[in-house]
Amino acid sequence: MDTWEFYRHILIPAVNKGLIISIQLILPSAALGVILGLLVGAGRAVGPGWLAKILNAYVSVFRGTPLVVQLVMWFYGLPGLALKLEAVLKPCGFPPVWEWLLLSPYAAAVLGFTLCSAAYQSEYIRGAVLSIKKGQFLAARSLGFSNSQAFWAITAPVAVRRALPGCGNEIIYLIKYSSLALVVTVSEITGQARNVASLYFRHLECYLLAALYYLAMVTVATLILHWLEKKLAVPGPEGLNRD
Amino acid sequence: MTSTTPLLEVSRISRIIDGKTILDDVSLSLNKGDLKVVIGPSGGGKSTLLQCINFLQVPNSGDVFLAGQSARAMGRRNICGFRQKIGMIFQDFNLFDHLNALDNVAVALRKVKGEKKVQARKRAMSELERVGLADKFHLYPSQLSGGQKQRVSLARALAMDPMVMLLDEPTSALDPELIGEVLNVIAQLSLSGMTMLMVTHQIGFARHLTTEIIFMEEGRVVETGPPELLEAGPGGGRAADFCAKLAEVTGR
Repeated sequence: MDTWEFYRHILIPAVNKGLIISIQLILPSAALGVILGLLVGAGRAVGPGWLAKILNAYVSVFRGTPLVVQLVMWFYGLPGLALKLEAVLKPCGFPPVWEWLLLSPYAAAVLGFTLCSAAYQSEYIRGAVLSIKKGQFLAARSLGFSNSQAFWAITAPVAVRRALPGCGNEIIYLIKYSSLALVVTVSEITGQARNVASLYFRHLECYLLAALYYLAMVTVATLILHWLEKKLAVPGPEGLNRD
Repeated sequence: MTSTTPLLEVSRISRIIDGKTILDDVSLSLNKGDLKVVIGPSGGGKSTLLQCINFLQVPNSGDVFLAGQSARAMGRRNICGFRQKIGMIFQDFNLFDHLNALDNVAVALRKVKGEKKVQARKRAMSELERVGLADKFHLYPSQLSGGQKQRVSLARALAMDPMVMLLDEPTSALDPELIGEVLNVIAQLSLSGMTMLMVTHQIGFARHLTTEIIFMEEGRVVETGPPELLEAGPGGGRAADFCAKLAEVTGR
């Protein structure tokens, strides 16, 4: 088979298949990561002390351990826990709740990416919330906003704008670490490239193409993020960088 | 409410932060339509007093009554309704950075009063008209001058139909030539019958409109009286000294 035929009929279709799966992993993980990160970051910045402590512990664990280890735990570790639970709960007549711990490869990957990404996102959000002057929050409360209304209507929109460059950075990381899904048997771009590479022993071309696909995705994400930053920018000479 | 009940009554409030007494047994009252002015040196507890009146800071003791209703008796939920009836103006405006002038005024109408977008914006527009900024409705805080920002913040407070306004040095952060436009709005408000308590160093302005000046120092009300009496200095003269110094600086 000549090189062109190999590209056309083997490599590109395989990596395209992987691309679809990559996108299916990245979009929900990025969206859920941002949403969860916003909630966690808000809780850490302005939540009650006990909540901030719990959330800080969550962030320490998920930022402090390798993502590969986390993914393996979700996919290979939880079934072990499920077996133990089954042994204890089944004789007591519980419904089979332990089965929820048996995650599909896809679910394990999305769960792992989301929890890891949210831990990082929360740090950007927390920093942004803390950088906002108290005065606007005070003004909102003086108008009759409750604390949570004031936070979500006044503080959060400004915080999100300030955190956007950082959050975008994390999404770009996520695009690349989505390649780790192959450790839980999800064949996204990297997985597909690896399969083809080992079958045909053409590693250079396969991984080079995979790299180009990631580069393309990151480029598209960067453009979208820039567009979003522009769209959300507040007009005026001082923008939002000044209090 | 009988005619003898003050609209706003501050009853013996104290505020202690980290063991330091910021407010010490302060009482005052405002009848409907009153404009009273609080003066005194920095760090004397004036801003804390205003924030304690609408319970943005909860006083350690004492109570505040608005139209006879005790603030302390209200639960956490009702206190928001209480604050809604007390407009507040800040020295550094505290406009919402991410909203234009119109939405700065409309946002509380929508979120707090639950009004529809169109209705809230209509009301906001009429408030901006009242402070002479209808043509600036689309501008963001960073595109407005200090005087314009403070007028937007006045419109924002007025849109909630407050019974009382608390003004915390509304002109202190403004360039001299911008002070006039803000004071004009405040004077008009007072003449139209708004009840107001204002912390200010604009003693010359205050003298024409106020019925009573309250002189505060070290967390206490030291002297109270009509402007001419206070400035004449019968009560030990501390307030008179202070007024004279202010007059020296501002040229009255």
